[in-house]
Amino acid sequence: MKDRLFSYNYQDTPIHRLSGLTKLISFMVLTFSIMFSYDIRIILGALLFSVIVLWVARITFGQIKLMILYVLIFLLINLVITFLFSPEQGVEIYGTRHEIVKLSTRYTLTQEQLFYQVTKFFKYLSVIPLGIIFLFTTNPSEFASSMNKVGLHYKAAYAFSLTLRYFPDVQRVYHDISQAQQARGLEMTSKTSLGNRFKNSLMVLMPLIFSTLDRIEVITNAMDLRGFGKEKKRTWYIKSKLNRGDFIALAVTVLIMGITIFMSVFVNHGRFYNPFI
Amino acid sequence: MGVTQSNPGDWQSSAAKFIVMKPEPIIIFENFSFQYFSQSEPTLHDINLKIYPGEKILIVGPSGSGKSTLGHCLNGLIPFYYKGTIEGSLKIKGLETRNLDIFQLSKMLGTVLQDSDGQFVGLTVGEDIAFAMENDCITVDEMHARVARVAKMVGMEALEKASPFELSGGQKQRTSLAGVLIDDVDILLFDEPLANLDPATGRTAIEIIDEIHKDTDKTILIIEHRLEDVLHREVDRVIVINDGRIIADMNAHELVCSDVLVKNGIREPLYVTALKFAGVKVTPEMKPGHIWSLKTDEVNEAIRTWHRSVKSAETEGEKPSILKMDWVSFSYDGVHPTLADILIDLPEGAMVSIVGKNGAGKSTLSKLLVGFEKVDKGVLYYRGEDIKGKSIKERAEFIGLVMQNPNQMISKNLIFDEVALGLRLRNVPEEEIKTRVEKVLKICGLAPFVDWPISALSYGQKKRVTIAAILVLNPSILILDEPTAGQDYSHYTEIMEFLREINKLGITVILITHDMHLMLEYTPRAIVLAGGRKIADTAASVVLTDAKVIEEANLKETSLYHLAQLAGITDGTCFVQSFIDYERSVAK
Repeated sequence: MKDRLFSYNYQDTPIHRLSGLTKLISFMVLTFSIMFSYDIRIILGALLFSVIVLWVARITFGQIKLMILYVLIFLLINLVITFLFSPEQGVEIYGTRHEIVKLSTRYTLTQEQLFYQVTKFFKYLSVIPLGIIFLFTTNPSEFASSMNKVGLHYKAAYAFSLTLRYFPDVQRVYHDISQAQQARGLEMTSKTSLGNRFKNSLMVLMPLIFSTLDRIEVITNAMDLRGFGKEKKRTWYIKSKLNRGDFIALAVTVLIMGITIFMSVFVNHGRFYNPFI
Repeated sequence: MGVTQSNPGDWQSSAAKFIVMKPEPIIIFENFSFQYFSQSEPTLHDINLKIYPGEKILIVGPSGSGKSTLGHCLNGLIPFYYKGTIEGSLKIKGLETRNLDIFQLSKMLGTVLQDSDGQFVGLTVGEDIAFAMENDCITVDEMHARVARVAKMVGMEALEKASPFELSGGQKQRTSLAGVLIDDVDILLFDEPLANLDPATGRTAIEIIDEIHKDTDKTILIIEHRLEDVLHREVDRVIVINDGRIIADMNAHELVCSDVLVKNGIREPLYVTALKFAGVKVTPEMKPGHIWSLKTDEVNEAIRTWHRSVKSAETEGEKPSILKMDWVSFSYDGVHPTLADILIDLPEGAMVSIVGKNGAGKSTLSKLLVGFEKVDKGVLYYRGEDIKGKSIKERAEFIGLVMQNPNQMISKNLIFDEVALGLRLRNVPEEEIKTRVEKVLKICGLAPFVDWPISALSYGQKKRVTIAAILVLNPSILILDEPTAGQDYSHYTEIMEFLREINKLGITVILITHDMHLMLEYTPRAIVLAGGRKIADTAASVVLTDAKVIEEANLKETSLYHLAQLAGITDGTCFVQSFIDYERSVAK
């Protein structure tokens, strides 16, 4: 139970109090802004901003450690691969060439390439806290209703929210099964080879899948019996009237997007910030 | 039979409208048969049944009798979700159900499913109650008003914002009931409402159903195999189903006097069994359908005579300790103790039950024993040796745990492979594996199925496979979590007799359970946990007659105790013990 990947937990913070719709819109707009801009000043600003919001929402590092680790691994691999496939990308973008060190005939590390890749690294990194804030502070039902309000079909939205909701349960069952199998002698720790561990984890997955299918049957029956899917639309019990906090949050979001667009149109004259000229 | 209410006042007005004396049946089965596409034979044969408005009907039958299928036909899951061929006719409120869809049916007949956890769709009580209205596109304000009204009906108004994790089993069931009542349906169908509840909560559930019946005049159908528990309150008729046919349709008093229950694998009320032990012929005149209606004046002498004649079973000599928990404490979060100062000493070859309500620490106790969790304070001894340093795998050599749900343990397709798994993982030579697995399969009565795929087995057989898979490692202690949950009487007996056999082979058996019959019939000793502490550790007959322990652990007084009081036997505990001893001597 201590090793959940992510789960919603209600706490009374200004972020938790925002409506799901506000959080969804803010998440999408901010992500778009960061993805749009290659200006490291804006990206670092956004990263700082989202870390502050994480702190306001009282999300501890312990809760997100695992996720951050996966993301870092992914980004580092991405970093290396980008360099291997297009080592001159930075030079192409910024139009100048300041060599740092010649690695081989094909690969030369340039200031431009380094700057470009560092920018890209932080760009992706700064989206992650936003996603975490959204997932951790949005009640799954509100999540469904807000996805539905921005246009997703309610069946898809509900399926998504049920998945989120049962995730902790499935994790608990996985944990139970894995312990019971370990008692029978299954080795799941690093004492055995990777291949064996993979094979052994299948022995936990099989029972997990079957017992999860049982649960799905129960919940589908319960939903059918109470008329789920009857109409083309549905209403939502959770009231999502926007209040002052929501308007402030939306205003901040729009302001950040405004800055991003302003910078690229009037200051950088493009999506990239170029310190080399 | 039936509730044909008619007071002189409204007779004239209703007579003006209808000439009929008796109300029309609200549900009519006529020559109704059903066959699942996946089955080679019909599950329901030629059902003919009429149910009148306002009746309260209990439908009983063993597993696989077709009683759940009957329920599915009523609520529309057949043929909407489970496909098959329907013959004959089923009319609800005069409408042929095959022409309706599941949504139209759900407006006439509301279903409360057995798994109150699994059917909790919303994330809060209010949201769950409102689920059906959300699907009907009702406005937010009206939903909140109606939820408030219905939550009050079932006594959940203070918990409107609570999430399922904060609720007890009974509160979850109240919520499910409210979610169905919100549609103002005429018929309520309860599909095994007692399946996952502890005895006290189960009793409350039956009381709530009864209150709703009295307050609203709705027609109520209860599908259950735990007859005695449902008969805690009055029902109009009991319908017995077996092999897809209606075997009996009578009132509770006639039913418990007949041989229908015994013949069809349904447990009769314990007090009826006791009366039969005492040589009393149970007749409908004694009103034996419910313990509270039972009249024993004529036969009290016979009961007392029998009670005096029962020889108490011999107590076996003290055996050496096999497992000892010495002042064991444990906490998941370091703040709230889940178990505190537990002191338990089990002799070799014991068969004990551990009881207590959900969250009392029963499962945690078993996790500590097998090493899934580590003890915070105190010591665990196995045959006098501290087992602190032993890993999960090492402990598995002498202590095995069988989980409640066999589907959570089975990972192979063939029985042989599943049972051999633990040995193969220990690199035991294949020759030895073969002999050991075959021996265990023989003990477990699975030898004829050795080459079968596990998916072809019944639930009870699967349970045996999981027990065999643990037994093959030769543990001297076996812990079983709820071994009989959701099982009908014959499967229950099959599993428990099997465990008794294993116990006779010298294996210590620890059962974690809610089932009071199991305690009474199979475990001479019961350990009761409440709030992480041990509050009793004594004979089952003492536990189930001790009002304070019963209250704290969400148990229920056994009806045998009431029978003793009726018969004027002052020492009720002693009477319950007589029953246990007598039953065991008969079983031998």
